[in-house]
Amino acid sequence: MRFSEIKSHLSKFKVGIAGAGGLGSNCATALARSGVGTLVIADYDKIEECNLNRQYYFTDQIGKLKTDALKENVFRINPGINVVIQQKRLDRLNIPEVFSGCDVIVEAFDSADMKEMLIETVQTRMPGITVVAASGLAGFGNNDTVRCRKIDDTLYICGDESSEAEDDLPPMAPRVGIVANMQANTVIDILMKKK
Amino acid sequence: MKILLNNREEEFPYESLTVSEMIDFKKFSFRMRIVKINGVLIPKGKYDSTIIHNNDEVQMLYLMSGG
Repeated sequence: MRFSEIKSHLSKFKVGIAGAGGLGSNCATALARSGVGTLVIADYDKIEECNLNRQYYFTDQIGKLKTDALKENVFRINPGINVVIQQKRLDRLNIPEVFSGCDVIVEAFDSADMKEMLIETVQTRMPGITVVAASGLAGFGNNDTVRCRKIDDTLYICGDESSEAEDDLPPMAPRVGIVANMQANTVIDILMKKK
Repeated sequence: MKILLNNREEEFPYESLTVSEMIDFKKFSFRMRIVKINGVLIPKGKYDSTIIHNNDEVQMLYLMSGG
């Protein structure tokens, strides 16, 4: 299949991005380059200097809301995309509404609690909607431990499922980028199989 | 009982187990996780009351911070 056909197929779909940090910003740009029609980007945070070691933002965007900056960056890549900004902290109550109509939801949070909350909420309150989650991406090296595991048709998990981010094992651009792009790759694979 | 745990056959010296009992038995230590039995997600609050039976298919995954 040619890229123009892939792009035109992907343009029919809407993908939710839960969190616009290292995973969300890198995943969103990959999906925008590939031609996904609509991205719903949810985050409440502002860009800090320390985010630039892995997040798809620039020095002149420090202090801006991540949702606004990511929309700006995604438009610079693909002006034809639709971006819906949800500038809020996601919780069990608002997730079904924020991501209503999305074909796939990308779990792109930093904290394990939020990851668990999002997966539980989508799996119990939004039946049939696939979540592509990430777990285990801290540090550097260990390329071969990163993988994507299909749990079932509604849940995929990308990462090594073991490395926990901490002061002495920080998340860094290469491994976060690998996992974020693995999530994007999984989303595209799912969407290409959809009518 | 025999179950499929993350696609691998596992035998337990019990006829059934709750999700909490299985987590203890296997000495699974991380705090944040997702458990699915036969494709159905078991919310954290129901680990004590949900029973795993013979031939069930259990998926368990750990959520590590970082993103």
